[in-house]
Amino acid sequence: MLRLCYNKSAYYFIISQSFYFYAMKLTRDDVKHIALLARLGLTDDDIDKFSVQLSVILDNFEILKKVDTTDIEPTAQSIALKNVFREDKSEQSYKAEDVLANAPQQDDNYFKVQAVLE
Amino acid sequence: MTQLNRLTISEAHKLLQKKEISSVELTQSCLERIEKIDNSLRACVSVCSDHAISQAKKADRSLSDKTSGPLTGIPVLIKDNMCTTGIRTTCSSKMLENFIPPYNATVVEKLNEEGAVILGKTNMDEFAMGSSTENSAFFPSRNPWDLERVPGGSSGGSTVAVSADECIYALGSDTGGSIRQPAGFCSVVGMKPTYGRVSRFGLVAFASSLDQIGPITKDVTDCAFVLKAISGHDKRDSTSAPQQVPDYTSALIPELKNIRIGIPKEYFVQGIQDEVKESIYSAIKKLEELGATVTRDISLPHTEYALASYYILAPSEASANLARYDGFKYGFSHPEISNMWEAMEQTREHGFGAEVKRRIMLGTYALSAGYYDAYYLKAQKIRTVIRQEFDEAFSKFDALVTPTSPTVPFKIGEKVDDPIQMYLSDVCTLPINIAGLPAISIPAGFAGGLPIGMQIIGKPFSEETLLRIAFAYEQATEWHNRKPQI
Repeated sequence: MLRLCYNKSAYYFIISQSFYFYAMKLTRDDVKHIALLARLGLTDDDIDKFSVQLSVILDNFEILKKVDTTDIEPTAQSIALKNVFREDKSEQSYKAEDVLANAPQQDDNYFKVQAVLE
Repeated sequence: MTQLNRLTISEAHKLLQKKEISSVELTQSCLERIEKIDNSLRACVSVCSDHAISQAKKADRSLSDKTSGPLTGIPVLIKDNMCTTGIRTTCSSKMLENFIPPYNATVVEKLNEEGAVILGKTNMDEFAMGSSTENSAFFPSRNPWDLERVPGGSSGGSTVAVSADECIYALGSDTGGSIRQPAGFCSVVGMKPTYGRVSRFGLVAFASSLDQIGPITKDVTDCAFVLKAISGHDKRDSTSAPQQVPDYTSALIPELKNIRIGIPKEYFVQGIQDEVKESIYSAIKKLEELGATVTRDISLPHTEYALASYYILAPSEASANLARYDGFKYGFSHPEISNMWEAMEQTREHGFGAEVKRRIMLGTYALSAGYYDAYYLKAQKIRTVIRQEFDEAFSKFDALVTPTSPTVPFKIGEKVDDPIQMYLSDVCTLPINIAGLPAISIPAGFAGGLPIGMQIIGKPFSEETLLRIAFAYEQATEWHNRKPQI
């Protein structure tokens, strides 16, 4: 069984009691780039940890290459429903005050956010 | 009468109808049990006693009017990812710690129409991502069969509460095994219905093509009652199925003549514990004795690719679904930061826990330019192959039987820093979500005092067949009558 160990200075696997250093699929820069795409702040420690953990997980995905998927259509969801429409008619919605009740900041019935442009 | 909290739905319903007990008494009994033991079990995130008592009083009145159904006046706990008007819905996340929904999930509305008594909300892995409830941002729940062990997850709070009689039944949600795996770990009945059987409106989205709400109950009959109450088409969930909802209780026949069951061999390898294997093998013999025709060693050769496909598909969908947590509309926020992007990054850094971040990262990577085809599209194609393989099996069999999980409950802390090991505890359940099938986990034995669950899988909308098999097995065994000593 593959087991991942992690500490701050070294990353290694133990496979059948033997140790070896591992070439990581995701570098620190890769991790920072993905975090930016996801708008997710990460600490330096997180970046280290994720570059190891995500690399190991991605390694486990390699197994999928063994499956020949030529001419196979992708499945987005498991039931055959499609094109579910409703009549284009407006209906009673929630009250603005209810929708805004959980907003961290609001102003005059609007959600308030920081300036987008400098 | 003492210990009303130990009753099943059908037992409580009879007593309520005969006026031997009131819903208020029943509700108080559950609330007292929660008060007494939840400090050590930590199944509940919110308990709303006043709300519950007032619902119980209302139910007692409607019991007099004879407008009642089987769930009228029966206390229920709800996993904390289903919206409840006016009741905090946290997903066990710091992100939603103070979120009070302005609307009810459809399942909650349906239970309210039945006159149910909502006791509160149960603990879970944050945003339903996990297999042990250790990923709750608040506290881990503990397995009532051994407090040092996990109850499974992500619906761990709900299965703990049912197992320890803190409520009469509960609702959970299942994206890769999150009802069935903890049901197996806590020795209760848990069903993931066919994708689309139950509306997902008001269920906080994790992976929309996989998520499904289902019942967690003390026995199979109760499962049939709850499934009937929550199923059906909902115009607010366009993926909900238009199929009629049958009377599931009429499927409960205690014999299995003409039922064909297949045993897929791939579910008995991959690190399965010997005791689990032995228990399921003897359960299968029992099913044969009850009249089922069992075919052993059938093969679903693509099972081994399900885990990797799942951990591409589910995090990809999650990374999109969780993009909504920006700190502006609701939830945790860093409003004091003046730059919008930085505020968003900080909100998400401090609002999400480690596993949620890990999955957002994984999903974002799998969907990003240059990797989409290699990961996401590939996984979607393998999803097709897995579905076809199940379709083929169901042309020969009415159901497939497997363990619910390869092991008995593990120790708290044992797998928490090892995502791959944690993911493997769902290896028997997640192929079913990939294919959108219904499956039920029922108690099937113990090893060293720890529960073992059996999973019964069916073709789409064959919940009646699953309930029949589960009921016949339950009637012929005693596992469901065992209670944890707590």
